[in-house]
Amino acid sequence: MPKVTIDGVEIEVPKGTTILQAARMIGKHVAPPAMCYYSKLDVSGGYCRTCIVRVTKGSAANPNPMPKPVASCRTEVMDGMVVENFTSEQVLADRKGVVEFLLLNHPLDCPVCDQAGECSLQDLGYENGAEKTRYDFERRTFEKIDIGPKIQLHMTRCILCYRCVHTADQLTEKRVHGVLNRGEVSEISTYIAANIDNELSGNVIDVCPVGALTDKTFRFKSRVWFTKPVDAHRDCKKCAGKVRLWFKGEEVLRVTGRKDQWGEVIDWICNECRFDRKNLSDWIVEGPSRIDPHSVISQNQYELAKLKLDTGEQLKKIKEKK
Amino acid sequence: MGKQLLLENINVPGIETLSVYRANGGYKALEKALKMQQSEVVDEVKKSGLRGRGGAGFPTGMKWGFIAKPEGVPRHLVCNADESEPGTFKDRYLMQHNPHLLIEGMILSSYALGANTSYIYIRGELLYVYHILEKAIQAAYDAGFLGDNILGSGFNLNLYCHLGAGAYICGEETALIESLEGKRGNPRIKPPFPAVSGVWGRPTVVNNVETIAATVPIINMGGEEYAKIGVGKSTGTKLISACGHINNPGVYEIELGLSCEEFLFDDKYCGGIKNGKKFKAVVAGGSSVPILPADLFLKTAKGEPRLMSYESLSDGGFISGTMLGSGGFIVLDETASIVKNLWNFTRFYHHESCGQCSPCREGTGWMEKILNRILEGKGKQTDIDLLFDIQSKIDGKTICPLGEAAAWPVASAIRHFRKEFEEYVNKPEEIVDVKHYYAVNNLQQSAK
Repeated sequence: MPKVTIDGVEIEVPKGTTILQAARMIGKHVAPPAMCYYSKLDVSGGYCRTCIVRVTKGSAANPNPMPKPVASCRTEVMDGMVVENFTSEQVLADRKGVVEFLLLNHPLDCPVCDQAGECSLQDLGYENGAEKTRYDFERRTFEKIDIGPKIQLHMTRCILCYRCVHTADQLTEKRVHGVLNRGEVSEISTYIAANIDNELSGNVIDVCPVGALTDKTFRFKSRVWFTKPVDAHRDCKKCAGKVRLWFKGEEVLRVTGRKDQWGEVIDWICNECRFDRKNLSDWIVEGPSRIDPHSVISQNQYELAKLKLDTGEQLKKIKEKK
Repeated sequence: MGKQLLLENINVPGIETLSVYRANGGYKALEKALKMQQSEVVDEVKKSGLRGRGGAGFPTGMKWGFIAKPEGVPRHLVCNADESEPGTFKDRYLMQHNPHLLIEGMILSSYALGANTSYIYIRGELLYVYHILEKAIQAAYDAGFLGDNILGSGFNLNLYCHLGAGAYICGEETALIESLEGKRGNPRIKPPFPAVSGVWGRPTVVNNVETIAATVPIINMGGEEYAKIGVGKSTGTKLISACGHINNPGVYEIELGLSCEEFLFDDKYCGGIKNGKKFKAVVAGGSSVPILPADLFLKTAKGEPRLMSYESLSDGGFISGTMLGSGGFIVLDETASIVKNLWNFTRFYHHESCGQCSPCREGTGWMEKILNRILEGKGKQTDIDLLFDIQSKIDGKTICPLGEAAAWPVASAIRHFRKEFEEYVNKPEEIVDVKHYYAVNNLQQSAK
């Protein structure tokens, strides 16, 4: 089995493992962020470029470094490979560049976006983004199209990660949505604005890293951090029936798939469970969900200490000016 | 003029027909190759030192050597005729006037690789060339050069010509394969490389038109003899499509290693700058390679005379060198604006970006908008550094080389001609070209 060293930590992994998977096996402190890669999908990744790392030693057999940064989600490890992620200034700078590109045309409408609080791009922007954009042109917008009564498509927020396309490819026989046009104006759409009504279609909401695909039945009902997640299951003929219910008081506002520590769903769920079973009586409750320190649902994850430090210095500066 | 291997018979009347092509020594190389072992043909190409003529300059023999040969899985040869780099028009010229040279090359290369089904992926805009090729392919079928049991050798080959639909990105080999399969022309993420998993997951070799055509003289004269032409690792001849402010624009076949000065100023080739103007800059290998100012083009940074070869043109790296690329040779005289020229290239890459990976999708558009603003006279001093920074963040971070192709011209233009950008930014009222302003607005309006 090949051995790979990521940020100074060595790990032995099965052949065919990618750098990103190996890094996730080691733990969060070395795992690069990923916006388009999704381990539950057969094919995904390679597009967003946030997971780029530097390979300083190709393998034991060929110790030359790789000339360019590589997408860790699509690069398989070789025996003796040495990878730099958070330990390399260059990688962090490159990633900052990529995040800038991702945020370039993304609307900063988090206050009205349902994804806020569980948005991968929000986290990514917080960790790697600049404080201010250097882009002073009009941001790109798309005309809204209706893709059915349950799922809201907001193309302007899309970062074209292709996850929803691959999900539909994997879960259904006939995918009805895809990417139209090319370059800057390419968009996720159904050809001739058709409904996406496959019974597993709701999963595209869970895989979407941003607020481009959201739940119409939950729209504008609550901020996610005001709702309490509870794991529950039911006997469903179409899917595993293992879900996460989001309560506000006694009321179930939203049903989603259960997500693991990387923010990826564990089991796909069907549209009936997701959209039509919003009574507590439909479900057998297992208990409160364990929320990993991911996004603002969990307190303190944005290093409050550091924030305090910054505010302190800012206050000092203000006082000095006076 | 040096040796003419590809363009030797290009002016013979009727060379596009099989009979005239035959009368001028056509299909001799095929007859010779079919009597050889497959591996011997590959060896000849290896010996010749032929390098890919599409731009990257990868040794062809080595590429052929990489092709996987699993039992029972068919292999394919694909000819990349999706020539759409601004400034490059050599393949079109060759296919239009001498289609049988390409077809002969395709047959013997397919034989060498053991491919029984091969494709020519031709750019959609070249519909008339497609018809010429189709006619030539039919003639080759009729004469027994294609189909079953070619010339009694037991080798079968079916050759298809496939029309693209007008996307520059489909010239990237994996996007080309996707498009050939009938899918959206998005580049694939490598690895796996096409030599392992290409068209329909089968081992595939993708070669440029000129590369495949060059195998014909290689087999005719022998690989060692071919390797004697040229200089160092740049062997053989290369087609250069020269255009811009020169007296004799057109397609020239040069022996690699010709001096740049001779190529630009000799009457046999470009014939010097038009209207007696001063030579300012050159884009030596198609729009994606770094632009070079006159002095750096004629002499390297070390002061040696520069030659038309892979090594010499890239001498000095990107700081003071460029690339031979695909051979699109664009000459700019003193009247040309580097900023405007760059805007034109950047607009092209913005338009042609497939939109798959974020640096290229967002970055190309951003760069175009900034250049547009500079040309309108609304640019800021910081825009120049910003442009340079954006290109550095695209370069090397994309799935396919289109991102780099968009970044390199920006980097080199700012590196060598920063002054011009500053003039545009600092004295817009003196320099702003009103014509340009309207041209841009008309373009934008027509796009809407």
